[in-house]
Amino acid sequence: MALESQDIVRRSATTTKPPQVRRARTAPVAKLIDTSKCIGCKACQVACMEWNDLRDEIGTCSGVYDNPLDLTEHSWTVMRFAEHENERGDLEWLIRKDGCMHCAEPGCLAACPSPGAIVQYANGIVDFDSEHCIGCGYCITGCPFNIPRLSGVDGKAYKCTLCSDRVAAGREPACVKACPTGALVFGTKEDMLRHAEERVEDLKSRGFENAGIYDPEGVGGTHVMYVLHHRDRPELYNDLPADPKISTLVKVWKGVAKPLGVAGMLLAAFAGFLHYIRVGPNETTDDDEREAARAVGASAVRARRETTDE
Amino acid sequence: MNEPVPRILLERYSANERTIHWIVAVLFVIAALSGLALFHPSLFALSALFGGGTWTRILHPFAGVVMTVAFALLAAAVAKDNVMRAADWQWLRRIRQVLSGREGELPEVGRYNAGQKLLFFVMVISLAGLLVTGIVIWRRYFSDAFPIGAVRLASLAHAFFAFVLILGIIVHVYAAIWVRGSIRAMTRGHVTAGWAFKHHRAWFREKIGHAASPGTRSD
Repeated sequence: MALESQDIVRRSATTTKPPQVRRARTAPVAKLIDTSKCIGCKACQVACMEWNDLRDEIGTCSGVYDNPLDLTEHSWTVMRFAEHENERGDLEWLIRKDGCMHCAEPGCLAACPSPGAIVQYANGIVDFDSEHCIGCGYCITGCPFNIPRLSGVDGKAYKCTLCSDRVAAGREPACVKACPTGALVFGTKEDMLRHAEERVEDLKSRGFENAGIYDPEGVGGTHVMYVLHHRDRPELYNDLPADPKISTLVKVWKGVAKPLGVAGMLLAAFAGFLHYIRVGPNETTDDDEREAARAVGASAVRARRETTDE
Repeated sequence: MNEPVPRILLERYSANERTIHWIVAVLFVIAALSGLALFHPSLFALSALFGGGTWTRILHPFAGVVMTVAFALLAAAVAKDNVMRAADWQWLRRIRQVLSGREGELPEVGRYNAGQKLLFFVMVISLAGLLVTGIVIWRRYFSDAFPIGAVRLASLAHAFFAFVLILGIIVHVYAAIWVRGSIRAMTRGHVTAGWAFKHHRAWFREKIGHAASPGTRSD
């Protein structure tokens, strides 16, 4: 993404501010995934492959509809199917399109050690700049949703870009374009929330009283949101986390530990220097050598005597 | 006081011990600089020393593993001289005298003083910790085998152990510079008798007890 056409508001492993003068007037964007409208056709997966030039390895049927079984560096989005029996004994087929959630506070970006390998645009999209990716996998450690995948071929991490290239040109992501039921919609986050509220209201009137919007606060909200029939039990949807947030361990590691660690090392080295300046070197004197020599001599005499005694 | 100063030399490290020490030292510098490059953005420029960020990421764990193996050999060779004894705790309680160089007020020291012994344990523990946590966060080969919680804990712990080890090495290097005549023990293999007499009296005695004979070089 060398010729950047979008404003970057956050950049991995960068302690200074990115350019701020040109303030983006465009509102943040969002993709809304309405699980209640999804029929699991996987057109979104195909559109993703086409637009992004991705071809995963052809696998084998493992007895479930999920295909491929998991996200990979070649499959940036995957439909996850769950069979749920509700209280009335009816079967509900809960299908969730999995992929990057584009967190407002991205754990991947916080964890990344390579300057500029992960960026966040003013419109909210979190993007990997593979050119700067060093392949350490820290983004995987930082992600609360288990999304990035490391390629075995080039050793770089990949995930959904929310079609940042299409969005920059004023288009919707490829998956949204392909969705035949309107389960995927794209627009400003504000509009998407309004639309989602209508959907939730509709679902509630149809008996899904726990329907709701999944826009988790723990990561500052997301730029990919779900409408869930069972907002009270997100884990039903193939373990969608109930309260995702950046792990405290990652926050400490990438927060206070960094300045404290570097300061501690510098101070230790400087303390050594000061000690030398104040106390001076601890030298062995000529007298020490003479005394030592006398001790060696005495010991040698003793040793000789012991040998003759035997 | 114009009588000539005698120069008796005592062997402190064999050629093999010196070799392994410097293998560990070189690998430590590589692992530390590459690790620091990945630790704080202000130090990322260090990755240029290794051919860029990707090469830094590739080389760091290999340097670390080889360093740990080499250190294990060195540690095995000096472990018996690093057992803490009663006099060592007394030595530590008089750390003020140590730091101001008033060695006459300290208990006699064997091959290693209490500070060196503690440092030995700090290095053993931190390197063991670095090895274990480093394997867990070695994404290319091992991380997928561990739960994400373990990887996160190991990431933080790896940084912590590295911090402790680097502080330890700063002390180690400074002590070698401060106590004059120490560095030659690791470069040439020997120290002067006066050095041993002053800083490691008990070791000096033990050494001359069975060495004040043809084996001792004097030049």
